[in-house]
Amino acid sequence: MAGRGASWSEYQKQIADDHYYYARSCIRQNFFPGSERAFLRILGEELGRDICDDPRHTSCTGIGYHSDIVPLETIMTVVARQFALMAEAGYEHLVTSCITSFGIYNEILNTWEEFPETEERTRRYLKEATGRELVLPKSVSHTSDVVYHFREQIAARARRRLVNVQTGEPLRVVEHIGCHYAKIFPKSGIGGAEFPYVLAGMIESWGGTCIDYPERRHCCGFGFRNYLVQANRGYSIANSHKKLESMAPYKPDFIVANCPGCSMFLDKWQYAIAEMEGTTYGADGRGIPVLTYEEMAGLVLGYDPWELGMQFHQVDVEPLLRKMGVEFDPAAKYLGRDGKYIGRPEAAVVNSGPDKRVYRIRE
Amino acid sequence: MFFGFAMDKYYDMLLEDVRFREGLKACMNCGVCTGVCPAAEFYDYDPRQIVSIVQTRNDDAIEELLRSERIWYCGECMSCRPRCPRGNTPGYVIQALRTLSQKLGFFVESEKGRQQLCLKRSIGENILRTGYCLTPQLVRPETHPEQGPVWRWIVANDREVYGRLTPSYDREGAGALRRIDRQSLEELDRIFEVSGGRRMFDLIEKHSDRKAREMGYDGADERYAADTFSRNTTRND
Repeated sequence: MAGRGASWSEYQKQIADDHYYYARSCIRQNFFPGSERAFLRILGEELGRDICDDPRHTSCTGIGYHSDIVPLETIMTVVARQFALMAEAGYEHLVTSCITSFGIYNEILNTWEEFPETEERTRRYLKEATGRELVLPKSVSHTSDVVYHFREQIAARARRRLVNVQTGEPLRVVEHIGCHYAKIFPKSGIGGAEFPYVLAGMIESWGGTCIDYPERRHCCGFGFRNYLVQANRGYSIANSHKKLESMAPYKPDFIVANCPGCSMFLDKWQYAIAEMEGTTYGADGRGIPVLTYEEMAGLVLGYDPWELGMQFHQVDVEPLLRKMGVEFDPAAKYLGRDGKYIGRPEAAVVNSGPDKRVYRIRE
Repeated sequence: MFFGFAMDKYYDMLLEDVRFREGLKACMNCGVCTGVCPAAEFYDYDPRQIVSIVQTRNDDAIEELLRSERIWYCGECMSCRPRCPRGNTPGYVIQALRTLSQKLGFFVESEKGRQQLCLKRSIGENILRTGYCLTPQLVRPETHPEQGPVWRWIVANDREVYGRLTPSYDREGAGALRRIDRQSLEELDRIFEVSGGRRMFDLIEKHSDRKAREMGYDGADERYAADTFSRNTTRND
């Protein structure tokens, strides 16, 4: 009999196979622009799928909504405009690159269904403000759903696997899902809220192994106003700290996150903790590299790490690249356009390793 | 009036918010929401207690909440939603309380509530200016030291670093970090006008200005806004 861990299979969703309308993410494009590019390349060049990148769509305003400065009626109308633009462009399947947006789209579609007067009001506002007509989408997916959907095709094209080339052992991976992927509407996420399988499925298909640890489902600590306002950031770092302390004894080779915000926070708070306390969480005395799933897929497909934008990370990824047997040019990491030399970031404790450290190293 | 307590005025206002109707059916006070809550982990905060107070429908108690620090601790992660055995969502109740607190001008009576001004002036105005909640220039290294030296290097060399990965950086057309065209920004602006977004921004400014003067500032000026961004007198020990 399958254990509770197999209950993810009860939570499956329809993911469109082609013809997507792409809704980009404020946080992903700021902090992981290479991941966005990798997703579009994988879908277009590797898998031959059609995806529309419409210059007219804007932010969903989700960060403003969850900071409580953008009212529900306003975000509903902004979202209705995205759906209207999609229909005008001839598409029916929305794929969004942001967990906050994904939660927003699902919340709004569910609210319109449960409280039809809110949909009617939104249609009125949209027409009055833009002249556009709301057309409901046939499906809403997160970009990771689509990568999960094609994980076996990606595995078939793999140039590398999530395996330590020195030991032959599967890489040990912490997956972090992001609260708004499935905690708001469990049926909208692969595997539901308790056993989300969207990243675990990719990791297993590409040769790695997932680590289970006590705080696996805990929030990364973004908390919207709790990070955006400087006075509140103790909340944010404390919750990331709780997760890092919980996962460290399991010696992960890397973390992969579903949500662009979570990827950024788990990376940057490791830097801050190392600077503040001298504590690092990686097995080698350095930080644990934090990847987006597009970066993970890109490495598997043989893409160059700097073309994937992995130089944007504060925790160096080179130890992981070496474990995976990725060939890379260390000198190309911090170059600008056309190979221009533009200097490099200052050193940080989180990357300095045990031999150069004057602080306490976590046992 | 019920047993001498004023009842239902604020509760009825909350019921106008569909999130409140969805978020609170009947709470049995089990505390599972508090057990999984990241805010309860960090602050002296108990979502179970918030829901318990609201469902008394007592006007005095709810007004006290609307003026309090407590409703501003939640991070809206919604971890409470799938766990509640009675199908409530304390996070939705918090969203409705915060919206009402701003509509009634009570938010300026707490330090955490007053932070709405700096959120409006940063994220809110950036949405209308650029079409995005965040742009690289908004995450200034001086106010974001936790972003570290790599982020400082990115911001200092933005055209080179982003330009290597996304040729559309700060230009119109498709692609990451593109500049949003004027018509789309005008549509966004009209959406805010028609749907109440602009009104909410104006309310935040108006009440902040009143409170700032009461506190001895020359209105809700840059100094006041900067203080709401950085001041923290909360004790969590």
